[in-house]
This record gives sequence, C-alpha cells and structure tokens, in this order.
Amino acid sequence: MMADVTALALVALLLPAVSFLILAVVVPLRRLGRPAAYVSLLCAGGALAAAALAWRGAAERSRLVWDWIPAEAGPLATIGVLVDHDSTSMLLLVALVAFLVQLYSIGYLSDELPYALGRYYTYQSLFAFSMMALVLAPNFVQLFIAWELVGLSSYLLIGFWYHKPAAARAAVKAFWTTKLGDVGLLIGIVMLWRHTGTFDLTELQAMVNSGTVAAAGLSVMTFCIYLGAVGKSAQFPLHIWLPDAMEGPTPVSALIHAATMVTAGVYLLHRTSWLFALTPEVLAIVVWIGALTALLAAVLACVQDDIKRVLAYSTVSQLGYMMAAIGAGFSAAGFFHLLTHGLFKALLFLGAGAVIHAVGSNDLSRMGGLVKRMPQTAVLFIIGSLALAGIPFFGGFLSKEDVLGTVWEGGHVVPFAILMLVAFLTAFYMFRVVFLAFFGAEALVAHAHAAAASSADHASAHGAGHGPGSHGSDGHAAGGHGIPHDPPAVMRLPLWILAVLSTMTGAYVTVSGPELFLGHLEHEPTSPAWLMPAAVAVAGAGIALAWLTYQRAVLDAERLASSMGVLRTAALAKFWMDDAFEAVYYRVFLGFSRMVGWLDRYIVDGVLNVVSEWTVVGGDKLRAMQTGRAQDYVVAVGAGLLAMLIWIGWGR
Amino acid sequence: MSGLPFLSIITWAPFVSAVVIMFCARHRPLLVRWTATIGTGISLLASLWVYWAYDRVSAGFQFQETFALVPSLGISYFLALDGMSALMVLLTSIIIFAGVFASWTVKQRSQEFYALLLILVTGVYGVFVSLDLFVLFLFYEIAVLPMYLLIGIWGSSGEVRPQGIFGRAMGWTGVGTKEYAAMKLTLYLLFGSAFILVGILALFVAAGSRTFSFLELQSIRFDPSLQSWVFLAFYVGFGILAAIWPLHTWSPDGHASAPTAVSMLHAGVLMKLGAYGVVRVGMGLLPEATVQWAWLVGLIGCINIVYGALSAMAQTDLKYVIAYSSVSHMGVVMLGAATLTEHGLNGSVFQMFAHGIMTGLFFALVGLVYEKAHSRAILKMGGFGTMMPGIATAFTIGGLSSLGLPATAGFVAEFLTFLGAWSSAHPWWLFPGVFGAFITSLYVLRVTRYIFWGPKSDDPHFAHLPDAQGTEWAALGILVFVLVLFGVAPGLAIGPIDTATVPLLERLAPLMSAARTR
Repeated sequence: MMADVTALALVALLLPAVSFLILAVVVPLRRLGRPAAYVSLLCAGGALAAAALAWRGAAERSRLVWDWIPAEAGPLATIGVLVDHDSTSMLLLVALVAFLVQLYSIGYLSDELPYALGRYYTYQSLFAFSMMALVLAPNFVQLFIAWELVGLSSYLLIGFWYHKPAAARAAVKAFWTTKLGDVGLLIGIVMLWRHTGTFDLTELQAMVNSGTVAAAGLSVMTFCIYLGAVGKSAQFPLHIWLPDAMEGPTPVSALIHAATMVTAGVYLLHRTSWLFALTPEVLAIVVWIGALTALLAAVLACVQDDIKRVLAYSTVSQLGYMMAAIGAGFSAAGFFHLLTHGLFKALLFLGAGAVIHAVGSNDLSRMGGLVKRMPQTAVLFIIGSLALAGIPFFGGFLSKEDVLGTVWEGGHVVPFAILMLVAFLTAFYMFRVVFLAFFGAEALVAHAHAAAASSADHASAHGAGHGPGSHGSDGHAAGGHGIPHDPPAVMRLPLWILAVLSTMTGAYVTVSGPELFLGHLEHEPTSPAWLMPAAVAVAGAGIALAWLTYQRAVLDAERLASSMGVLRTAALAKFWMDDAFEAVYYRVFLGFSRMVGWLDRYIVDGVLNVVSEWTVVGGDKLRAMQTGRAQDYVVAVGAGLLAMLIWIGWGR
Repeated sequence: MSGLPFLSIITWAPFVSAVVIMFCARHRPLLVRWTATIGTGISLLASLWVYWAYDRVSAGFQFQETFALVPSLGISYFLALDGMSALMVLLTSIIIFAGVFASWTVKQRSQEFYALLLILVTGVYGVFVSLDLFVLFLFYEIAVLPMYLLIGIWGSSGEVRPQGIFGRAMGWTGVGTKEYAAMKLTLYLLFGSAFILVGILALFVAAGSRTFSFLELQSIRFDPSLQSWVFLAFYVGFGILAAIWPLHTWSPDGHASAPTAVSMLHAGVLMKLGAYGVVRVGMGLLPEATVQWAWLVGLIGCINIVYGALSAMAQTDLKYVIAYSSVSHMGVVMLGAATLTEHGLNGSVFQMFAHGIMTGLFFALVGLVYEKAHSRAILKMGGFGTMMPGIATAFTIGGLSSLGLPATAGFVAEFLTFLGAWSSAHPWWLFPGVFGAFITSLYVLRVTRYIFWGPKSDDPHFAHLPDAQGTEWAALGILVFVLVLFGVAPGLAIGPIDTATVPLLERLAPLMSAARTR
C-alpha cells in the first residue's frame, strides 16, 4: 500500500486531465452539456477516491519525476509528483471541494444551455488538474506551470458569462493582478536557480538543512517568491482582484476563490518555509502585510451589501490570517487554518449560492426572514458562520487559535492585536449577514417577482445570440412561483457533506489537536492560557454586536456606521485601491504606450520617411542637372577645373 | 531511404509545384490549391522524416548533399542540416502547409499568388539548409523579393491612418497603404542584404578567395578587427529581417498590409531567417566578435521586447497589434542568443519556433476575422466570441502562448531565455524580459476581451458572422496542436537544438573566459 501512494496521487492528478482532454477534443460530447458534466464528475469522483487513499497512505515523503527540459549536463527541469503528508492533505481538500462543487453545479447551472454547461465542466476539469499539479509539484518549475494554469482556469471561469461586461472585465483584472505577482515569482525562481543550481524542492531542502545555501541575496529571492503569493493569495495591495472575481458563478467562487486556488500562495510559503526561515526580514514583512490585509478586508466586509462580496472580503481577511501565521515562523498553523478554512468557506459560498439561486439577487437588502423558507440552508449557513467566527467545536476554532497563538509567540504584538480586532470584526460581519438574510422581516415575495422580472430583462438585453436559457445575472428566481425554497438535493447534498465534515473535524481537533490535518508535528504551537478564552470572548462580542444591531435593533445600524466617519467613507471607496490601480493602468501604462506608439510612428519611422523623401526629392533635383545641352556641361567642366586649380594652388 | 536527397526534395518540391501551377493549372483554382497542398505536403512529410531521423547522438551536420557549382570560386551546392536548422525547416513546413489552407479563399489571380508563395518558400528552405554562403545568399534574395508582388497585389490597406498634425504631414508618404508597405519592406530588406553581401565577400577574401563553404570558413580564425565590423554588418543585415530596433518599422506596415498567408509566412518564418542568420553566420563564423558585441545584441533585444510590447498596446488596428508583438517577441530571440549560455541559446531557437507557430496562428486568425467581419479596427468590433467560438478559442490560445503561459510553447522559450539572461554576463537583462511578458499580457488580453469576450457590438455589419469552416479548421488545428504539443513536451525540440547550440558555445567558451579575466 505504502509504495503505491505516488501512483495513487498520480491517478488523482491524471483523471481530471483525462476528463479535460476528452471534453476539449471531443466537441460533440461537450456540446451535449449534461453528459459532459457526468464525465467530469466521474473523473473528479475517481480523483477524490484516489486522493483519499493517498492521504491515508502517505507517511513518508516519496516522489516520482520524469525529465521535462533536457540539457547537456542532465535534465534542466523535471515534472512529477512529490507526495508527503502536507501535499496529500491539500490534495484531498482540493479533490473533495472540486468534486462537491462539480456536483452542486449540476443543480446550480441547470438553466444553462448545453454547450455552455459543457464549457463549464471543461474548465472545471482543467482547474482540478492544474490545482492538483500545483499541490503535488516536486519542483519550482512545475509549481510555476501549475500556478499559471490555475490562474488561467480562474480567468476562464470568472469570465464564464463573458457577455456580461462586468464579468469580462473582472476576468481580465484577475489575470493581470495575479500576473503582476507572478512576475515576482518568476524572477525569484530564476534567481534561486542560479543561486543554488536546482529547482527541486527536495534537493533545495537538503541544501538548506546542510547549510550550503549562501545567505547573500537570498532575501531578495524569497521576497520575489513571496510576491507571487501576494498576487495569488490576494494580499494587500494586490487583493483588488478577488472581490471582483465574484462575477463568476458562485460554485466557482467557492472552489477557486475561497477554498483552493487563492490559498496556493499560503501553500507555497508553507511548502518552502525552511527557505523562508533563512530570511527573517522577509518573514517580518509577511506578518505585517498579512495582518494589514486581514484588517483591511475585514473592515471592507462590514460595509458590503452583496452577500458574495462579504464572503470574498472575508476570504481575503482569512488569507491574511494564514499569512500572518506563516510570517510568525510556524507555517503549519497557517496551513492548518488553510485546510479548515477551505471546508467551511466552501460551505458558506455554496450556502450563499443556494440563497442567491432562490432569491435571484446577491443583494442583502432583498433577503430577510429566509429561515422560514429555506430552513436547511439557514442552518448550514449558520454552521459555516460559527466556524468562521471561531466558536469552539466548529470548524475554524482551533486553527484560528493556533494562528493567534503563533503570532503572539512570535513576538509580534501589534499584528497580534490587529488579528484580535479582526476576529471581532469577522464575527460581526458574518452574523450581520446571518441576521439580515435569514432573520428579520420577510418582505420577499414581491422582491422575488421584481428580481425575476429584472433577471428576465437582463436575459433579453444580453441574451441575443445566447439563446433563451442564458441569464445576465448570477442567480435567478427559482421555479417561476417566486417563493424561495431550499435547493434541490443535488445542491443540498454537497452542503451537508461540507457542514458535517467541517464540524466533525472541528470538534475532533478541538478535543485532540491538529494531528488529523498535519500529521505528527515536532513541536506544537504553544499559546498562553488566556488566549483561547479571550479569542472566544472577542468572537462572542462580535456576534452580540451584530445581534443587537441587526436583530434587536437596539443599536441603529446607520448611526453605528456614521459614527465611524472617515473610516466608513474610505471603506465604501475600497480605500481607493482600485482607483489607484486603475490610474496606474490608464495613466502610466496606456499613456506610456501611446507615447511609445507615437514615437515609433512619427519619430523612428518619421526619420525614415523623411530620408526616403529627401532621396526622392534629391534625385529629382539632381536630375535637373542632366539637361542634355552641351553648353551646360562645358560650364560645369570649366567650373570644376577652376575649383581644382584653386585647391591645388591653395595647397602650396 | 537514407539515400534520397531529402533536403533537395524539401527545398525544391514547392518550386516544382509552383512551376506546375504556372504551366498546367491555368484557370483551375481547385487544381492550383491541390498542387500547392501536395507540393508543401511533400516538404512537410520529408521534414518530419528528417527531423525524426536526425541522429542526436552523433549530432553535427547531417543529410549532406554537395556538388560544385563554380569550382574556381569555391562555390558549391552544399546542403546539410543540424539540430537548429532541422527545427527551422520543420517550422517552415508547418507554416506553409497551414498557409496554403489559410489562403484557400484567395480569389484574385490565385494561380500567381500560389506560385509566388511557393517560390518564396523554396528560398526560405534554401537558407536554412545551405552551408555555402554564396548559395545561402541567393536563396535569401529569393525569399525576400516575391514579397513585393505578394503585398503590392494581394495586400490590403489599413483603416487606421496616421492622424494629427504629424499624420497629415506624413500623409504624402502613403503610410497605411499596401503599395507603401510593399515598397518599404522590399527596400529595407534589400538594404540589409547589401550589408550581408559585403560581409560574406569580406570573409571570402580574407580566407584567401577560394571557398564559400561555411564549414571551411568556420575553421579559419579571422583577424579580430575584421571580425568586429563584419559581425556588425551581419547583425545589421540579418537583423533588419529580424526587426531589430530601430530598423523594425518595415515589419508592422508590411505584416499589416500583407495577405494572410504572406503575413503568416513572413512573420512566422522570414523573420526567423534574420535571427537564424545572426546566430548561424554571425555567431558561428565570428566567435571573437560575438563575445565583443553580445552586449549590443542583448541591449537591442531588451529594447525590442519592451518597446515592441508598448507599441503593440498603443495600436487600434488588430493586424498592427500582432505585427508589433512580433517585434517584441523577436527581441526575446535576440536576447536569448546574446546571453551566450546554453539555456539562453536553446530558448532563443525555441522561441524562433514558438513565435513562428504562434504568430502564424495569429495572422491566420486575423485573416479569418477580417474576411468575415471586414474590419481590423479593435474598438469597432466586439462580442465575436458567441458567433465564432472556434476562432475565439484559437485566438485565446495563441494569445496565452504569446504572453508566455505554461503548457504552450511560448512559456518554455521565454523561461529558458530568462534563465540564460540571468546567468549571462548581463544579469539585468532578465528584468526587461519579464516586464515585457507582463505588458504582453496586458495588450493581448485587452484585445481578446474587446473583440471576442466583451459585449456585442451594435454595428449591424457584425450581426451574423460565421465561424471558421472546412480548410480553415485544418490551418487552425495544425497550428494550435503544434503550439500546445511543444509546450507540453518541449524535449521534442530542445533535444535537437541542444546538439547545435552546445558546439557553438564550446567554440565561444575560451573567449568568454578570456574576456572575463580581462
């Protein structure tokens, strides 16, 4: 069994690739829609089984590589799989969420036209393959390849409804912003290769352990590698793409922009934590940026009225948490939080998807009192919210304490204080959503009709050429009768699985520690005894504040908000980050490119045209000398003779 | 099998079919096309065979064919190929084979069009397989001249003309018309070949006026000061064809005005002739000068990358965007060569191949879009993705390769070049390279979003546009397949390339270490 672990991992990796190839090449199958979905689902299920077996079997590190780029002195780069406890844990998470999301999507996207559905599952398979290739990457080259491919899948899936201008724009924005970070990653990888002579993670780790990696310049390299993680894991200031990425279908947001792809940066830093340990100055940056990101995003999450955007900012915020733990020097805590977060954030997103699906809108003000109409969804969503808030026995409890404890133990007092504040805000904004969406006044039926009408408008506005089944907004009024209800079983099942898994593992690790996720650790994160009660109290306070404000209306939400003054204005403007990037793009890049384009046309090419014109004109003028009259030539000869004589005389 | 003169077959098959087309297929358009398909098909099969049969272990120049043409001057018909030229021959075969399909719908004088195209290809093959500099130069001229007619007659004039005060002042030059572009391109390239001829003759004389053979000249150590200026002559001469800055302005105009297959062939293959010439003739024969001038070649390469990408971003005519992106990507080729490292050179040659396929694909697609929508103005078009999903998908794949996305050939080429740049004598070359790739992602995705993925254009002209059909799929399919295949399995190309670049570098190695100690 043990020896087969790499084979199992390989099976998990290749099944989605097979499904992608089939769907990409066999066009008729893809155009059928449903059958294409079943092919993809079947492969994802197989991958899940293989990943689960690999996870159970993985004890020691093993790897399997093939030559990829040859060179004179042995292969320059290899591809293959590197299997150990961390990579199989991550593999299992990816396979699980990918499978559940693909299952859920059958219900969620049931109104799509067949060819669009086929396209969706083609992209999904591509994503699953790329993400697994990233997780199992034995070296930096494969890691970078997969890294870019998940970026591509993300681009394709955000832009799935490409006839929506916002979606097309968001897709491009996501690609560009993460690509900006990838510029750093690529530079870092190239520099590190030159520095150490290898891309291979195992070899690198051995070199680091034996102390043969020179320290000079290493911090530049790790910082560059970190830049890649900043882009992919939406750290400040490159976080701007993630909220916009919510233009994609909600299951995509759950899979790519919450549970798996965006955590790739965290995973990368965890995978190479032994390298980063050599450059503490870079780790200090990681902590600070992480904490700052967590705070910024948590503040932004409090003012959003779009349920998906709240979750998106919450994801950014939690990624900041993970990064802070890694920066504090104990990356396992960050990785632990990554795994638990993956489960409950996918749950939250899919739950939000069920709500959007039923209500036909992302807008929190159109929801309310849903607990009566869709009780199961409400329960599931609250489970997810409790997990995110870090309430004991739920999914995110222990991992969050570990992160906080790690940052405290690392001696980062200010980031720790920030993260405690974030814990409070997190509980507040999540329960703000819970109370606004599921409790309170139920004035929905009329809204739902309005939403259905506007949705139909969208369809007719954008749908020309897409057929009757397409719709302009994410979500649509259910079933025509306009009354929200719990989603169909195909969507409910993944939700329940995620909720049960998240809660069971949460309860299990609350009792017995994180070995389940992390394997045996050489040293456990230690934290002071007051930390756990304090963190729980902070989270409780957040929930209480949300309850007082949005449920009991003891506090007026409007007054609470306006008491924040400038902060609120800034938060509503997203701290002007998007504007700043837009300005850089339009003013600097486009402006500069127009200038270069102008220079090229009128100066570089202009000189050429002028020279050619002079040649033509000059020839024209010189032609006038060839008059054909003997007198003219005699005069010229005479003048020339005279000039020569003078010149000779001058020389004397 | 091995007794057949494969290289001559590859080189002359298109020429023979051109002759057949001119004399036997008068006014029978379908016969013209099938003759062209068969001629280029023979070349393609033969190049695949040669590529496969090339012995990587013994390396060196294989499949040699030789007979004396002018013994008194040492001119001989001497064909052979090594790993680098084998790949270039394969590239040419793929592009022209796809190009024949892409120009299936040429209506005007299709007979002459195909004949000229095929003659041109014979010239291209000839350059890649000739080891006699005189014959190489002859083929080079054959490859350049038909271009004038092909662009002047079958080309198209752009919609976007120069504007503003400067634009009006330049109106008289005829910028943007096909006649202007054809004349500019031809004059520019002939200007360049004058330099090449001078360089070749200088080496011929310095070697005792007895041989033009590449292999014999290679064994002579020329005087460094002679090498120095001859290298510059080759660099400028061949470099013009590789669109080195600031001698690149023929390329956007020329490529934008040329008909589809000609743009494919020109940007896809002919520009590689320039880069190939610099590497094979310049670097191969003049080692001291190569080390001496590497800084210049690399610097200009960096300028090409960033400047070309920025210029591409500023364009509003689709064909100009692609043409400028070629300027940028040829910068990667020159940069890789200038690193004088194994990986850099491998990346350079791989980029020649990758860019050839990718830009061939791009021009094929632009041609299709133009044929259906009759527009090249990016800002006018929109939302074509729903009407022509196949074209949109192929364009996106080409674009992704262009910005260096892994699993396409573009990534491998750029990655190797970057590795080479950082380990060269001028590590900072890495940064313009990577930055250029980022700008590429900006303009490529911007164009893709405008034309294919955005909201639909209101223009009624664009209401019903068909997707690619029939033979057009063949052209697109071949190119996309090759682009992805070589991206996923780069070893297919790097193996043979390595056998050619390593000996080249071995000749340079002692000089480079000497330069470093100095």
